[in-house]
Amino acid sequence: MALSAVKVPARMPNLGKIPAVDEVGINERVARFQTRSIKTSSKVEALKLILSMIDLTTLEGQDTPGKVRQLCQKAMHLHDAMPGLPHVAAVCVYPTMVAIAKEALKGTDIKVASVATAFPSGMSKLSVKLDDTRMAVAAGADEIDMVISRGAFLAGDYRYVFDEIKAVKKACGEAHLKVILETGELGTLDRVRRASVLAMHAGADFIKTSTGKIQPAATMQVTLVMLQAIRDYYEETGRMVGMKPAGGISTSKLAIHYLVMLRETLGNAWMTPEWFRFGASSLANDVLMQLMKQSTGIYQSADYFSKD
Amino acid sequence: MAIPENKLAFNGGWEYAPAPESTDHVRIDKRYGLFINGDFVAPEKGKYFDTINPASEEKLARVAEASDVDVDKAVKAARDAYRGPWSRMKPAERGKYIYRIARIIQERAREFAAIESLDGGKPIRESRDVDIPLAAAHFFYYAGWADKLDYAFPGRKARPMGVAGQIIPWNFPMLMAAWKIAPALACGNTVVLKPAETTPLTALKLAEVIADAGLPPGVVNIVTGAGKTGAAIVEHPDIDKIAFTGSTNVGKIIMRALAGTDKKYTLELGGKAANIIFADAAIDQAVEGIVNGIFFNQGHVCCAGSRLLVQESVADEVIAKLKDRMETLIVGDPLDKNTDIGAINSRMQLDKIESYLAVGKEEGGTMHQSSCRVPQKGYWCRPTIFTGVSQSNRVVQEEIFGPVLAIQTFRRFDEAITKANNTPYGLSGGVWTDKGAKIFKMTQSIRAGVVWANTFNKFDPASPFGGYKESGVGREGGLHGLDAYLKLGAVS
Amino acid sequence: MSRIPVAKTYKIYIGGKFPRTESGRYFPLEDSKGKVIANVCRGSRKDFRNAVVAARNAQPGWAGASAYLRGQILYRIGEMLEGRREQFAAELRLQGATSRAADREVDASIDRLIYFAGWADKYQQVFSAVNPVASSHFNFSVLEPTGVVSILAPDDSGLLGLVSNIAPAIAGGNTCVALASGSKPLSAVSFAEVLHASDVPGGVVNILTGFRSELTEQFASHMDINAVVYCDGDRKTSRAVQTVAAENMKRVIRRTGTDWSGADAEHPYLIRDTQEVKTTWHPIGA
Repeated sequence: MALSAVKVPARMPNLGKIPAVDEVGINERVARFQTRSIKTSSKVEALKLILSMIDLTTLEGQDTPGKVRQLCQKAMHLHDAMPGLPHVAAVCVYPTMVAIAKEALKGTDIKVASVATAFPSGMSKLSVKLDDTRMAVAAGADEIDMVISRGAFLAGDYRYVFDEIKAVKKACGEAHLKVILETGELGTLDRVRRASVLAMHAGADFIKTSTGKIQPAATMQVTLVMLQAIRDYYEETGRMVGMKPAGGISTSKLAIHYLVMLRETLGNAWMTPEWFRFGASSLANDVLMQLMKQSTGIYQSADYFSKD
Repeated sequence: MAIPENKLAFNGGWEYAPAPESTDHVRIDKRYGLFINGDFVAPEKGKYFDTINPASEEKLARVAEASDVDVDKAVKAARDAYRGPWSRMKPAERGKYIYRIARIIQERAREFAAIESLDGGKPIRESRDVDIPLAAAHFFYYAGWADKLDYAFPGRKARPMGVAGQIIPWNFPMLMAAWKIAPALACGNTVVLKPAETTPLTALKLAEVIADAGLPPGVVNIVTGAGKTGAAIVEHPDIDKIAFTGSTNVGKIIMRALAGTDKKYTLELGGKAANIIFADAAIDQAVEGIVNGIFFNQGHVCCAGSRLLVQESVADEVIAKLKDRMETLIVGDPLDKNTDIGAINSRMQLDKIESYLAVGKEEGGTMHQSSCRVPQKGYWCRPTIFTGVSQSNRVVQEEIFGPVLAIQTFRRFDEAITKANNTPYGLSGGVWTDKGAKIFKMTQSIRAGVVWANTFNKFDPASPFGGYKESGVGREGGLHGLDAYLKLGAVS
Repeated sequence: MSRIPVAKTYKIYIGGKFPRTESGRYFPLEDSKGKVIANVCRGSRKDFRNAVVAARNAQPGWAGASAYLRGQILYRIGEMLEGRREQFAAELRLQGATSRAADREVDASIDRLIYFAGWADKYQQVFSAVNPVASSHFNFSVLEPTGVVSILAPDDSGLLGLVSNIAPAIAGGNTCVALASGSKPLSAVSFAEVLHASDVPGGVVNILTGFRSELTEQFASHMDINAVVYCDGDRKTSRAVQTVAAENMKRVIRRTGTDWSGADAEHPYLIRDTQEVKTTWHPIGA
């Protein structure tokens, strides 16, 4: 996957220049995205695009090699009964499962993303987090999903948060870095905006909403704020940054709302798996059911779609 | 000031397929009479005129042209109903009739929304999500006041005025009918209402609701027609109160016509509101506020934020973001659920807007329009902005009533106020800043009847609306809106 | 052969559900001829405790709903009661009312609901203020609901008295726990069914039946109740209620001697009784 060709040195941003975010205004804009009516051919196109943007995820303490292999099988064979489907963008696992996934997905274009940096809490010291990162990269991870130190952020130690991201980016080597803000712990949209700015200036290739381990996970509101931050960063530096909402997106209807929001905020250049991902597990089957419904005209049952 | 270049690509790629609202459940008769004394009756002179769909220029129905004789019949029916059942009814029972109207509108909401869009050109999403629900809400709100008027005016006994003549415009036909009829009835008056000649249909469907709700005949009368019918209402000797929403010019004509009579009046007229963006605003939301202020409803909004005053230090950024946002606005078939900006209401209005576009360019302004496609038939205007204009330009001074925004910069707070107030109008204004004290200083300083802070074009039945100066006199909505339909006497 | 009717079991209403009293106790309700017409739940203080938890949980959401929505829901309760006029009139007759009185009481109850529905989005306009303070501040006072209100409904008015106390409390954004009339409890339980059919969120109104002698002290002393309304009782009862209420400074609202069918029971000050006043200051300046 080609990273943005523009290289911008990591530099602490001017935190005084971050614009305020009005929550009511954001809610109203989100509500308007939700009134878009996506039908027929544009619905089919959207559903397929969504499939190609999914990071199929398993991040459980109870994960085993068997579980991960089955997930990879699903990633490669979403629904063989329907030809012409795209494959998912990536599989997302814990660092100890990266080698398993890499082996299972050999020969495909599907990426292996690994969480790292004491996911999900991030409550550890920098050296441990960097080791965690390097371990995942060494095992073959194409992408690293790190978590920011929310405690440091909320305590106002923005320098610490910035430096940490910068160091993890370096430890990633060739792997590309997604920075998880854990928006559900940040509390306000202003903070989401600020964290987005910090992460991008520190070198993030993607900014991501959530670990999926707490509520609330991704919302359209935090996603919109992050997309607007990406837009301003792009205007300022010419460097594109990707975006990934994760957790809580389990229906096609909602995923399509997100695509509408993406299209009308950042435009066509971001409408590919290279720049946008959905962190989801059960979304894929709902999309498949919707695609079947679109082509047959009949509402589907979950019984007919594999659950790995 | 040069307009910065777009960097994001909003056209092509994944496009939205047509998403038409179904109209097979919508009932529009071929021809409508006048709704007088509880029934639809033929016009005395037998004259009818067409109402068309401005998106397709196709005829929707024929409606009656009310003559002086018809207006007189309607006023008599209203007077009889007022003297008879309506003023003798217990206020709580009156309220129940008005609640019924609200509930029936809610039941028939989808049909009303479709007809509103067909007749007037506004997008179905707006009629469905804003116009019709707000109209029902107005009836619901005022229904509750009917038996509570003694609490609204301390030390005063509230009595109805009698018969109200009401003339409404074409930009929010159903909503304006609700704004007029609901408080009038709640206060115990009876009504003769004339909808605009290009948008009569939802008022006529409302007449059906009123009949179905069982209101005594004559309480509400709907007479269709154009300027002459309106004049007949204004000049009728047995009307106690005139309520008018429309242009400032006609508002002045009405004021002159009523001079020397005992008739009361309220007027809700034009505007040229300043929408003011400070550097410390939540910029992305402010841009959305600009769009809500001037492009929605095709700019056919009296309180539209048609002048943007943006603090110079953020002007380039705001304008760049505005242009990007304009590219995502969909102009098209009002009956498509994705349409943001529908058809211009009439040929006449489109001509007027286009003449202003020409004036703006002649005056030296730089015009920029979004690049969207518009349909072949019908009346359309793309979202438009003018930069390089100032207070002396006609496009900055005069109300265009279309999706056309005039942009100026300012540097200091007091300069923004001066420019904002430098107009004969005074209907509304907007201010965008993250600083609370500045919001209240602005709202204190802007000479307008409605000030929106960090929002724009928000309406609620509980919120009073109306203008200063030449934007009109009187308020509609809220407790203050009761004033328009009551005689306040001493408590005895 | 004539048809055997299916007799109704009268339960209580807590958190949007219809449980029996956790105590398992009951008391028989007899008609004028001494025939048992129903076994009524003899509610316990644990039922009351559970009801208060439900009411407290429901309160932020109810207060956070728009006034318009609350008004619509109150109107809907009126619609639902209107649809059940015959049932309620029959039940009142069963509890000893004449035919005419029963009809009047049901009609008055419906109209009372409509009355308070209409106040939901207006009382704020009548009772709030913008205050012209001498300093450069925008200063405004608004009403906010006090929170959870306990209501000891009047004994002599099984339906109208109950409705007349519940409606103003919830119109103003409070949630409530009401104790039905002791001598005419059936209408209260049936009214719970009407609430349940009216989009009223669970916990906004909770209705118990039982003995005043057992429950009055609970209604007046519970530390998580913000206001207590009582409609019966002599000076001794009043003193008892007011004394225990002092423990957490409950607002004590005495409505004894009210004629529920009159103008006494239909005005917005009944809403104001369960509201607090909040005043906010903000500078005006560039």
